[in-house]
Amino acid sequence: MREFDIVIVGGGPAGMAAAVSAREQGMENIVIFERDNELGGILNQCIHNGFGLHTFKEELTGPEYAERYAEKVRDMNIPYETETMVLDISKERVVTILSRNRGVEEIRAKAVILAMGCRERPRGALNIPGFRPQGVYTAGTAQKLVNCEGYVPGKEVVILGSGDIGLIMARRMTLEGAHVAAVAELMPYSSGLKRNIVQCLDDFGIPLLLSHTVVDIKGKEKLEGVVIAEVDSTNTTIAGTEQFYPCDTLLLSCGLIPENELSKNCGVGIDPRTNGPIVDEGLETDIDGVFACGNVLHVHDLVDFVSEEAARAGESAAAFVKRGCAPDSTSAIKIVPKNGVRYTVPAEIHTADLLGDVHIRFRVTGVYKDCSIVIKAGDDELVRRKSRILVPSEMLDIIIKKEKLESVSCDITVEIEEV
Amino acid sequence: MTRNLICINCPMGCELTVEFDGGKVISVSGNTCKRGEIYAESEISNPTRTITTTVISVEGRPVPVKTAQPVPKGMIAECTAAIKAAEVHLPVKVGQVIIDDLLGTGSQVTVTKSVQ
Repeated sequence: MREFDIVIVGGGPAGMAAAVSAREQGMENIVIFERDNELGGILNQCIHNGFGLHTFKEELTGPEYAERYAEKVRDMNIPYETETMVLDISKERVVTILSRNRGVEEIRAKAVILAMGCRERPRGALNIPGFRPQGVYTAGTAQKLVNCEGYVPGKEVVILGSGDIGLIMARRMTLEGAHVAAVAELMPYSSGLKRNIVQCLDDFGIPLLLSHTVVDIKGKEKLEGVVIAEVDSTNTTIAGTEQFYPCDTLLLSCGLIPENELSKNCGVGIDPRTNGPIVDEGLETDIDGVFACGNVLHVHDLVDFVSEEAARAGESAAAFVKRGCAPDSTSAIKIVPKNGVRYTVPAEIHTADLLGDVHIRFRVTGVYKDCSIVIKAGDDELVRRKSRILVPSEMLDIIIKKEKLESVSCDITVEIEEV
Repeated sequence: MTRNLICINCPMGCELTVEFDGGKVISVSGNTCKRGEIYAESEISNPTRTITTTVISVEGRPVPVKTAQPVPKGMIAECTAAIKAAEVHLPVKVGQVIIDDLLGTGSQVTVTKSVQ
């Protein structure tokens, strides 16, 4: 049985950054398993720019960002096995993999880093009535078809959901000669980044219909059009607002879900708010020696945040292996999201085992203007940061100094205070 | 005159208020960094965009490319058409130049992914 100090599941941005960081911490015997035929993950199909401003201080496209990390992986001689699928991870950290060369193989790992990324919410999860004609795709599937396969799925397009991939695809389909009639968004605000609304919709005169949704899909064999209607504050269709949009393509950009089948089978506890593992400050799950980072942990909007987070997972996994795979020395204190905060990652902190300052990442539940982010331990205020605007689509990152946390023994709260 | 813009330099998406006279910017407010000011200036006088797209290689595989510098916003359609018309043979490497001066904009078009 092959044995590794650290096995990294997934060779996308999270997996690569975790591997690089673990190697920097002196871990020699590590490996990345990637199911695709190359490293890079989803970045390979994200040919647009806007990546790397934090990490590399320059604006790169997805493939270029991936290439920078893949080069690091190769320069550091970190082994990676592509076209290799991880089938199972046991609590004892026996990893079962499947590949063409080796068939089914069991591997022993001292630590495992989960970096499988996420998936798009499919049509089946959206409850849109109507037939199931050809021509309905998730935005990411269309992105892969256009950018990696060189095939444009249609000429007249409607997009449901204003997630970033949907906005990016509105521009992409336009540049490929298609006409994008509208982007419909159920919520009264877009879940995509502002820069994408400006650059992908406004630049091309594509209307963004807020508080609108697709209520019917027409066409039996091939998509013939969709009916879009306005919704009220309870997301109920307003009668009389229905409008028919003829189209041959409907793209769905309605949210991303962390891909945690492997984690769940391993027995890792999942946070229903993030759909990702519950982790501590070292991004360790409730199974000893199993760590998680990137979009499998919680869906990010910036790859730069993924790389930074994954590097911390790599560092923690290395520390776990170096200390002889011993579990945390004390029980954890909880981080409780309160007023205006949907969730936090981590959800708990082992104050006796801190490797350094602690990043608290979270999203807010709505739009907050002129407010403060307040982090408290009981009545003791640890951090207060003023903000002009907070929106649900942008992940926030607050760092608490190690010194401030070492003496904390009660639960920590994170909340938004409005002025 | 004033115009409200959303700064696109980073995901902060600062809401800028620009006061200008003709093509000349008088004041910018709402920005949190210097880049907001530069963006407002350029959006009023000469808005530009980086174009990213693919070129189908002679061998039939798509090659992702970008304009190395931003090009005028009003030229996006014709620039994209000119990029699409370029002849590219595999293999290509990241950074390889496929067009030296895109329609007189002074921008190169470069490959963003090595394709075998």
